[in-house]
Formats: sequence, structure tokens, C-alpha cells
Amino acid sequence: MAFIEALACRECARTYPAEALHVCDYCFGPLEVSYDYEAIAANTTRESVAAGPRSIWRYANLLPATNDGAVDLGAGFTPLLRADRLAAQLGLGELWIKNDTLNPTGSFKDRVVSVALARARELGFKVAACASTGNLANSVAAHAARAGMKHYVFIPANLEAGKVLMSAVYGHNLIAVEGSYDDVNRLCAELASEHPTWAFVNVNLRTYYAEGSKTLAFETAEQLGWEAPDHVVVPVGSGSQLTKIAKGFRELAKVGLLDEEPNVRVSGAQALGCSPIAQAFADGSDYVRPVKPDTIAKSIAIGNPADGIYALDEVRSSDGAFGAVSEGEIVEGIRMLARTEGIFTETAGGTTIATLAKLAAEGVVRRDERVVAYVTGHGLKTIEAIGDLGPTATIKPTLDAFAEAVDVEGEA
Amino acid sequence: MATVRIPTQLRELSGGQAEVSVEGNTVADVLAALDTAHPGFRGRLFDDAGKLRRFVNVFVADEDVRFLDGLDTKVTDGQTVSIVPAVAGG
Repeated sequence: MAFIEALACRECARTYPAEALHVCDYCFGPLEVSYDYEAIAANTTRESVAAGPRSIWRYANLLPATNDGAVDLGAGFTPLLRADRLAAQLGLGELWIKNDTLNPTGSFKDRVVSVALARARELGFKVAACASTGNLANSVAAHAARAGMKHYVFIPANLEAGKVLMSAVYGHNLIAVEGSYDDVNRLCAELASEHPTWAFVNVNLRTYYAEGSKTLAFETAEQLGWEAPDHVVVPVGSGSQLTKIAKGFRELAKVGLLDEEPNVRVSGAQALGCSPIAQAFADGSDYVRPVKPDTIAKSIAIGNPADGIYALDEVRSSDGAFGAVSEGEIVEGIRMLARTEGIFTETAGGTTIATLAKLAAEGVVRRDERVVAYVTGHGLKTIEAIGDLGPTATIKPTLDAFAEAVDVEGEA
Repeated sequence: MATVRIPTQLRELSGGQAEVSVEGNTVADVLAALDTAHPGFRGRLFDDAGKLRRFVNVFVADEDVRFLDGLDTKVTDGQTVSIVPAVAGG
């Protein structure tokens, strides 16, 4: 917070005060937080980071809010795991999984919500709100409950039962909207105008909210011994997370936490049933044509992605790629990650792993690269997506029954 | 005559009107006529190179002109041209 200079339009560079603003009045471009990087560099070292809390707030100097204990549920500083068995299966060399399923509400959204609601409280807001594909709803409801804030959380009516329950358990109000996420989002844009005293984390607070995703890059670099990876694979809905991960690595160099300018190839993962950005990439188009989502990867089912063109820019300029995968590949991605590495992810994570597999097979992700795949939501959120898995056998409680059902010698 | 729908954020330029009727056979002509009738629209809708700004969407009969013929998209008599800022979210 101490290091925010202003907000600036990403398109026309007009500046605005650091208030609850997200769009440029003049040209409608999104606003971005400007920092005093010299002051951050002067006040931030690897040692000062290491001495901080084991959460996103160890990077508070690079975030647009101060740590607010009232909101904090402990988001961030999740494990970065070397994934040799998955790497062997995909023909890759050094592969790491950023296991962001291990956040307070089971997804990376806790990072962005902590930042957004901490800033919202600094600005005097008492009500939290959001338009969500599910994970954000879980997180806003939980953090609002933690902070004693009233909340209004909006989701598409067709969400997975787990995500509905995990939002409703924190109390009123969870509103299911008949329509897609894009319909929910349009409604919330209108509601945000009607209720300017509500902090819609991904509408009027979005400029601050989105910055929380940079911590995915900060932690990765710190956990690799203050080095950037060669290639990252990121799930893509709105495109915000991918854009901010790329920005995060650059900022670390800017404030002296990395020794050299990072050169990270950034690749994006989408589900074929909602792949407007991957399609624009494949077509060589500068515009993202909105689509109607139809996929089990509901957490990234955004047909009209707000940061689509920025995600395209990052992927193209870093020599990365986009991949889009089928529903069957997504389910196989979930199962492959679980079987090889013991990590159970939701459909967006399955999308990431399936896209990683596809890009590895195509030679886009290479064996000589240090690769990080971002797995950002827990599998318990989307259990209906993975079909009829069950026990190997159901037996009477006797040794004979077990011996008959399971060929232990044959499996050895 | 085409009808141009003006978003709330730009109605300061149209004297508060939500709709303005202007002549023009293409999107470029219609938006030029809008700027003539209500000066100031050009700078808000186009960048210095004369391209439509990236977060401004223009629809002719509910179809995004970027996926038709862009600024050359034909506008027939009585059609509605909508100016719609991009939404955030996600």
C-alpha cells in the first residue's frame, strides 16, 4: 500500500487516484496499479521476504494493500512440488507443480480476494460482492465471513454442487443467476453501478484484486531459489491470472529480487468447450471473439474474457502457445495428475495438465526446459466431473475374500 | 438514417441522449457523422492511429463489427449501431 503511486489506464496511460476505480473514463481501458519501484527495491530484500509471514503477505511491498489480519485466512505460500513421475510420462525433464489447491478455500482465488478485501476495507467498504464461476464465490463468502462483512455473491445457476455448498455454508447472500458466467458478469456490472458502496472484488475493486495473482510468480521464483522458470503453463478463463504471473516475474527483476531479467515462456490452457483466446491465438487474430461456454471446466468457462487480448500479447511476446483440450482429455488430466503425483485437482487443473501433455507432445514445451504447471483448484470441488470411479473391489471382511478379489502377487 | 445507441459513460457528449440518429452507409460514416453532430466522440472511440480503441465495441444489429467488415461494415437505413464498453470480471 505504501508504495502505490496511482492507477493508470493500460491503454491510454491516463492516471487516476488509487480509489475503487477499474476502468478508464476516457477510453474504457482497464486500470493498472502503478508502484514506486525504486522505493520497493530500497525496502525489499530476499531476507526481508523470508522473514515475512508464510502467506501472500510476505510480498506485501509488491501488493496494493497492507496485510489486514481481519480478512486474512492464510492464502498463499503453497507447495511447489517436483513432479518427476508426471514428467517421465509426458517426456519432459524438470517439471514442477505449483499446488495451489492448498489454499483456505481450495483455490488460488484466496490470493486475489485477500488483496481485494484488504484494499476494500482500507477504502471504507463494509459489503463484499463478486461475479463468480464458483471458486471466487467460495473465497469471497469465506473471507467476508472472516472479516464480518456482509456479502452478495453471484454465480451461474448450473454450478457444481460442491461449489454451491462451499459458498452457501458461509451464510447469506448467495445468488444463483439463470445464465452463463457472462450473464452473471453483465448483471454485476450493472449492480456495481446501482450499489457503489459494495466492493465487487472483480468489478470496481478489480484493479487491486488482479494484482493478487502476481504472488503465484513471486512464490515460484522464491521456491526455485530465486530463479525464474523457463516455461509456465497456466489455466485461462478471463486471462487475468496468466497476465499477472508474467508481470510478477518481471517485477521481481525490477526490484532486484532476481539477478537477471527473466525470460519466461508463458503458455495458456483452455477447454475446447470455451476456448476463445486459444482460438484467437490459432487464427493469428488480435481480437477475441466471444463464445457461449459449454464445458465441464466451469471455473474457466468465460466466453467473453476481459483480459483476453493481454493474455494473447503475453503468450505471443514470450514465444509460448495456447492449447485447448477436450472434455475427455480434461478428465484424463485430472486422473493422470492424481495417479502420478498424488494431487487431486478440479477440472481447470485437469485442463492445465492435459494442455501441458498436448504442448509437450507437440514439442512446444521442451524437455530441456524448467517447467512449472499451475494447478489452482481442488478436486473435491468438481467430483461430478470425473465419472464413476469407485473401489477396486467390495468384499466381505475376510482374508479369503481379499485374496480372491485382489491379485497382490500379480500387482507386485 | 441509422440510430446510434450511446452508453451512459459517453452521454455527456450527446447532451444526455441515449440514442442519436445520423446519416451514413458504413460504420465509419455513421461514427464520423456522430462526431460532427456531437464533437468529442472521435477521441473517445478511436486511438491516434484512427483505429477503434480496443475496449470499445461497436455492434451493428447485435453483431460485433470486428467480426463483420470492421469500420467498413455496411449500415442500412433504420439499423441500430450500438457503442458498448467492454466488461471486466473474471
